[in-house]
Amino acid sequence: MSALLARLVASRLFWPIVMLLVLFTINLIAFPGFFAVTLRDGHLFGSLIDILRNGAPTLIIAVGMTLVIATRGIDLSVGAVAAISGAVACSIILGSPEPANPATVAVAVTVALIISLVLGMWNGFLVAVLGIQPIIATLILMTAGRGVAMLITEGQIITVNSPPFKALGSGFWFGIPIAVIIAAVVFGIAALVTRRTALGMFIESVGINPEASRQAGVRARGLLFVVYTFSALCAAIAGLILTANTAAADANNTGLFIELDAILAVVIGGTSLAGGRYSLVGTLVGALVIQTLVTTVYTVGIPPIATMVFKAAVVTIVCLLQSPTTTEALSGFRRRLALRAGKGVAAS
Amino acid sequence: MTKLLDAPERPLRSSGPSGPAPRAGLARRIRNLLTSPKYGPVTVTAVLFVVIFIAGGVRYRGFFSGQVLLNLLVDNSYLIVLAVGMTFVILTGGIDLSVGAVVALSGMIAASLLQTGWSPAAVIPLILVLTSILGLLVGLMIHVFKVQPFIATLAAMFLARGLCYVISQSSISITDPTFVQLAVARIPLGGNLSITPSVIIAVVVVAIAVWVLHATRFGRTVYAIGGGEQSGLLMGLPVARTKVLVYVISGFCSGLAGVLFTFYTLSGYPLTAIGTELDAIAAVVIGGTLLTGGYGFVLGSVLGVLVLGIIQTIITFEGTLSSWWTKIFIGALLLVFIILQKVLTSRRR
Repeated sequence: MSALLARLVASRLFWPIVMLLVLFTINLIAFPGFFAVTLRDGHLFGSLIDILRNGAPTLIIAVGMTLVIATRGIDLSVGAVAAISGAVACSIILGSPEPANPATVAVAVTVALIISLVLGMWNGFLVAVLGIQPIIATLILMTAGRGVAMLITEGQIITVNSPPFKALGSGFWFGIPIAVIIAAVVFGIAALVTRRTALGMFIESVGINPEASRQAGVRARGLLFVVYTFSALCAAIAGLILTANTAAADANNTGLFIELDAILAVVIGGTSLAGGRYSLVGTLVGALVIQTLVTTVYTVGIPPIATMVFKAAVVTIVCLLQSPTTTEALSGFRRRLALRAGKGVAAS
Repeated sequence: MTKLLDAPERPLRSSGPSGPAPRAGLARRIRNLLTSPKYGPVTVTAVLFVVIFIAGGVRYRGFFSGQVLLNLLVDNSYLIVLAVGMTFVILTGGIDLSVGAVVALSGMIAASLLQTGWSPAAVIPLILVLTSILGLLVGLMIHVFKVQPFIATLAAMFLARGLCYVISQSSISITDPTFVQLAVARIPLGGNLSITPSVIIAVVVVAIAVWVLHATRFGRTVYAIGGGEQSGLLMGLPVARTKVLVYVISGFCSGLAGVLFTFYTLSGYPLTAIGTELDAIAAVVIGGTLLTGGYGFVLGSVLGVLVLGIIQTIITFEGTLSSWWTKIFIGALLLVFIILQKVLTSRRR
């Protein structure tokens, strides 16, 4: 029993899951119907569904971010890329004669995604070819990207009236929110492609030791390109969902701070910022923790504005728990306990 | 090895005849200056600043005045103080994302306490102490618990921003006579030129920072940590204390910058100074400090702030260019300087 417990505690997912369960319990006490999911008008409704739906953009970005962080990188530009893709899609829909036509929306979404691929390749170029530190390379696009998004929207908030586009953010498909389905597909593809092939291992090897993996024949340059492009693609998808949700492209506020939430989700999920081993499931749990935290703040009746203080608390607690210093102290404590128990056995 | 030993030593004799070959031609001296990772970027920034200023003077009427130059200091005094704190952190190879939120927080604390009738003589020291303590906590988290600077300062950013909202969700204006006095006061410099008290505070901060970095043991340790933390440890330098202190300095500077910012705006607002941390980082990078730490000057960062300021001034003078071009220009400049740094450091290796 205690061996099983020790294995559980040692697992990287232990603390994040405990955190999630604690948040769920708080919710359940504050609001007994928290776990109830009802079917209304053929759509699923309930707090859990809300958490999934509102957490979808963060999760999508966090999936891309996980792979970037696994290569010992970071992508700060995701918020700006999300804003750009929303701005591009909205301005195309606004400029077309038939904004409600699904074909128009398809064109708008495709163009937005293609532009995001270009932006991702730009990041990849800076990191992989020029060898610039990732945090700075992506800082450039983070700063300039919002300016570019403003340029596209000409400083206005573009509102569009297009039901097919709006469905991306707030629609349902077989009763499940479309945003959740998109997030599940992105997550599934990332998990399949990196875990069922050797790609994931290559990514980890680049993160652990770029030089050694290069000598072992891993093409780090191409990998970095792919990873940053994928991250930008994820950011664009999330940007489209965010924009569709409000049916408006706001170059200043779409995806503001979402890069931080995504990085938090990854870190809470146990992937180290130092690169190497990564866990997509951990990221999923991390994204859920963040979104549940936001929901908890609402249900418990704390002013939603104070959410950031709680986010700070969660980050600090999780980071301190995962810190090597704490782990050492804990294992030292456990060893002493075991030693004492051993002495007891010897004496009896 | 020689590079490591030289690094902290050099700033002391930056002036005067240096270089092994005194007969080397001027062209070679200039080339050496431009290609050194230490002086290259900062020289380019200085040249860039002069070029932009001359270009602006040729293009716009009324640009070529001393007051335009002084206004760069007046409008950016808080950013100068922020950049000074950020320089210390980046020199050790760290980063501080919390500075913008701390600026907003100190503005909120000042505004709310002054509203309830506190005296400015108590409020300002209180803010400086509180923000220094926040910096201390961040530093301890980074050093003792080995949390990455990025994440630790991110948590501090969330905390500070969240506390702003807890204090008040709307803007609080400041009517305290001392603050108003400091906000409107102009110090004449002869002619039609004048500056504000904030500029003097910023200049004093810069002077102290230059002295600390270049003439004290602490300053040398900062450079040594950036050059190689392990080597610093092996040399018996107080790495732990210095690493924590650097974040305390950044916290203190953010608090002071927040006070200067309230002199400038005369209000506290929870959403102010969003993205200021990026401006500060950009100024430090453009000013020639290497992001990996070890190389850089406080005066370079001041120059970086001035370059950002003059770009903004040009866009204002141009009139037809929208303000979002500022962001694009700053992004482009960052790119140029980072590539420059990359080229210079790789050539040395």
